[in-house]
Parts: sequence; C-alpha cells; structure tokens
Amino acid sequence: MKIIVCIKQVPDTKGGVQFNPDGTLNRAAMLTIMNPDDKAGLEAALRLKDQYGAEVTAITMGLPKAEDVLREAMAMGADNGILVTDRVLGGADTWATSTTIAGAIRNIKDYDIIITGRQAIDGDTAQVGPQIAEHLGVPVISYAEGIEVDGDSVIVKRAYEDRHHMVKAKMPVLITALSELNDPRYMTPGGIFDAVDAEITTWGRANLVDVNDGDLGLMGSPTKIAKASDKVRKGAGEKVALDSPEESVEYIMDKLVSKHVI
Amino acid sequence: MQNINLEDYKGVYVFAQQVDNELSGIAFELLGEAGRLAKPLNTEVTAVLLGSNVGNLVDQLAEYGADKVIVVDNPALETYRTEPYAQALTAVINEFKPEIMLVGATAIGRDLGPTVSARVATGLTADCTLLEIGDFPINPIPGKEQKHNQLLMTRPAFGGNTIATIACPDHRPQMATVRAGVMQKADPKPGAKAEVINFDAGLTENNKYVEILEVVKSVGETVDIMDAKILVSGGRGVGSAENFKLLEDLAEVLGGEVSCSRAVTDNGWLPADRQVGQTGKTVRPQVYFAIGISGAIQHVAGMEESDLIIAINKDEDAPIFDVADYGIVGDLNKIVPQLTEAIKAQLANK
Repeated sequence: MKIIVCIKQVPDTKGGVQFNPDGTLNRAAMLTIMNPDDKAGLEAALRLKDQYGAEVTAITMGLPKAEDVLREAMAMGADNGILVTDRVLGGADTWATSTTIAGAIRNIKDYDIIITGRQAIDGDTAQVGPQIAEHLGVPVISYAEGIEVDGDSVIVKRAYEDRHHMVKAKMPVLITALSELNDPRYMTPGGIFDAVDAEITTWGRANLVDVNDGDLGLMGSPTKIAKASDKVRKGAGEKVALDSPEESVEYIMDKLVSKHVI
Repeated sequence: MQNINLEDYKGVYVFAQQVDNELSGIAFELLGEAGRLAKPLNTEVTAVLLGSNVGNLVDQLAEYGADKVIVVDNPALETYRTEPYAQALTAVINEFKPEIMLVGATAIGRDLGPTVSARVATGLTADCTLLEIGDFPINPIPGKEQKHNQLLMTRPAFGGNTIATIACPDHRPQMATVRAGVMQKADPKPGAKAEVINFDAGLTENNKYVEILEVVKSVGETVDIMDAKILVSGGRGVGSAENFKLLEDLAEVLGGEVSCSRAVTDNGWLPADRQVGQTGKTVRPQVYFAIGISGAIQHVAGMEESDLIIAINKDEDAPIFDVADYGIVGDLNKIVPQLTEAIKAQLANK
C-alpha cells in the first residue's frame, strides 16, 4: 500500500503569538511547527503502515525551509519526503495550492490513500484537501476520526456536528484528518539521526504534471486579498481583585442588575 | 481556468442545508444575509435545496426570504455524501449561473464548498464573518480597472489574530462559506411563497460515490450553544468534569447553557458540541461568563462578539481579562456557588 501525506509548516499560533510594539503580529518571532491536523494525518498513515505495511511519502509545498517538517515527518517514520518549492508558486490561494499539490501527486503516480489534515492553523480554510481530491478525480472523505483498511477499500469514521457516518470507499481515496484522530508519536532518537541525513526530493514547477501556468501561484489564484489587517480587539473593561468572594459576588450582582440581565 | 462572461451571472444563491429533512439554522442565516446583499445588486435571492422528499421545506425557505427555490429531489441525496451533492450543486451553478453562492461553514458545507468551487473553477473564501458589496480594489489604483458591485468577503485567519478581506473579481460565482451564528436571520413572513423550480441535475453514479455503512447520532440531548442567550463557559481552571456542576447550577438559575474551552473537551469533561472557539463554535450571547478560562486567542475568536463578557479567573494576568467587560480576580470555587445563590435570592424577591 502506498500512502501520501500532505503536510504544511505553519507559524505556531497556540500560545506563541508574538506582537510588535505597534500591535501587529510579529510573524518572524513565531516558531514554526508541523500543522497539528496534518501531524494527526501522518500518525494515521504510520499506524496503517504498522498494521498493514505501507510506504509513506510526506509531501509539502512551501519555502525551502519547509524541508524541516519533512525531516520531522521522516524522523517519525515516513519513508520519503518531497518538497515542492518554486518562486512561481508563491502567493497561492487554495485553488492554486491544490492545483500544485495535485500536479505533484500525479508525478508520484502510484498511490492508494492520500491523507491531508482537515485544516491548517494559519489559514483555517479546510479547502485544500477536498480540492486536491477534486483535481485528481478521487473520492474525498473529510473530517476523519478513524481509518481502517478493508481489502481494496477504506472504512472511515466521518465526523459531523451531531453524528458520525461510517463511510466505505474504494481506493484510491483522499481523507482529511481531524487532530482528534489520534495522539501523534514522538520522533525517535534513531529516527532523528536518520532523518538528518535522509534525502529529501525537491521539485519545482517543471515536476508538476498536467497543470497550467495560469493556475499557479498568485496569478493563478481566483481569490485576491482586498485588504488585510491585524485584528483590532475590543479593549479590556474593568478588572477588580476584591478581598472576599462575597464582595466579588456583590460586584457581579451589581453589574447583572444594572445591565438588566436579572 | 477558463475565461467566462461575468455579465451572464446573476442573483444571490444560498445552499439551503437540510439534515434528516430538517433545515439547518445556517440556511435561514444565509437567506437573511443574501437578502441584505441582493438589495444593492438589485437582484433576487434563490435557495438551492438538495435532498430526497424535501418539497415540504420550500415554504419555510420562502418565509425566511427566498424569492426562488431550486429543488433537486433525488434518492441519492437522502443522506449527505460529497459526490452526489457536488454533482447537484455544480449542475445548478452551470445551468442558472449565480453571481454569488453562499454555503454554510458546517461539516457539510466545508466539504461541499471546496469540492464544488474546484469543479466549477472559481474561488472560495472560507469561514466568512462579514460580507459586503463594494469595489475591488477597494481604493482606485492608477492603471488598474476598479470593479464595482463585487462581493467583499471578510474572514479571520492566523487563529483569529488577523482579518483579511477577499474578493473574487474575475471568476463566477463568487463563493463563500459563512460561519454559523454570525449572520442575522430575517423576520419570517408567514404565508410567503417562492417560485419553485424542480431541476433534474442528471446525477450519475461514479467512482466517487461512497457507501454509507452506518449513521450514528450522538447520544444524549444535543444543545445548540449558539442559540443560548446566556452562556456559562468553563475552562481548564474548573478542574474536573464533576466541578462543572457549579457552572450548570449557575446556568440553570439564569436560564442559560454551559459551554467550554478546548482544554475541557480535550480532557473529556464536556462533549465537543459545547466547545467555543476557533475549532469549536462562534457564539454571541447577551452574556458570556468565562470561568477559569485563560483566554487563548483561539477561544477569544469564538466569543468576543458577546454583548457582555464577565470573566472570573484566579490568575490576574490571564489574557481573558483583555476582552472582558468585567473581570474578577478570584477563586471560582467560592465565587460561583455564592453567585448562584445570590441570583436565586434576587429572582425570588422579584
């Protein structure tokens, strides 16, 4: 079985958010991590590898430094790493990103399962996975909470707000993983040692199969940014530290009554 | 992407999500928003209803603002599956050519929207919180055409740290998924009727049709925290599942519901449908109690539009105090039960 896992290097917005003195987001100071949903997707692939035997290929699109997440993926147990990087791919929206990754996957040719994270914590769109599936003409099962292989098919627990479906689809198939799927394993010391020297395949525009230049990068993105700004939050109100719980309760009651809540 | 004639595309369309032949709340919210957008464009609001035996839902869509309803009624659409739904919505878009296509940012819409946008080769902006009709570029740029009457789609990104406004100037339809709980429903007009178009979408089974083996509904009463006027929300600081009893008691005397931060669902103290924030729900109740919630940016993104925010936390540096209207530094275990009793006494005296 051949599994492709799409991963993304993202700024760590969890806890590590840094601001400049003028209140704008200081991206340069933020650490980068492997996107959490993608990491769950990778873990799911590695468990399928443990259970059924599989060759796991991690693929990422990004700047050359995105190689770091591929090495992390290989230290966790991925067999191959492919970095898709090219100046002409920059500024891509989800259409152009999914077009690019689909073009790279066509070059890999042979695959049974593609796993992506549901969404990345920087963009939060959840669009690239289903759009890759659409470009490749394979079924998509989004929001996976469980993945099993059954002969030539997969059986996926697909989450909705108030229910889940058990869905069966013939491979090849694309699955988007929720971080609830599992707890990703740690890199092993041996894995880290091997990953440092592991060969990462680097692809550019020329390695993408069946894609048009007009569908790539900023120029190929149908959505355009009209404006972007760091969010202006509503300011803090009153904060009190009172001596006793009784006074605190009195304070809250006063506010609830004056605001006609009670 | 192929070039298309933008002038051929007219009207504001809404994907009217139904589950178990019951319209989802987001359908009404989208209709309300579509009505607002249709005015400056001088156009109509059309609901697209996909399902099996769903004709009885048409009048409800009319009452909430649909001028037209396009119905694709087919047994293959009984339970949501990506492929038949994507075929149906794609066929509707290709046939009727909407200028704007709105889809709810639900577990269905966030699967259907990207699939359809890729199939019809247009842009899609995810999880929008504000939609406007305006110019693109917003300010004229010498030597560049400024297009009027564009859909400007605003959404949070970077875990709620930034907001971006996106346009789709050269492709149609302009597609957006819209966060639930953000847009306002219109007041229903009882007895309103819509023009109904029954459309054969020519659904064709292919390799992408998946098989649903089982549908498992979550057990227990499902409460929609997005509908609550008062939310008593707890975080890691509450300490345990058992201790949420304190918050339940407070919510009960106020006629509210209990919600929580991600730490709580991660610990299994409350189910995921109670979670507020970036990966949970966006809420805007009249009163939001943040109790033992530190106020991570991802949580704040889901509740900062609440009318009144009251935070209780023992850590005086907790970031939740930066968004709270009233912040109380103190021990929730002492304050919350006494507050519940004080409210009870107050209500009894009324």
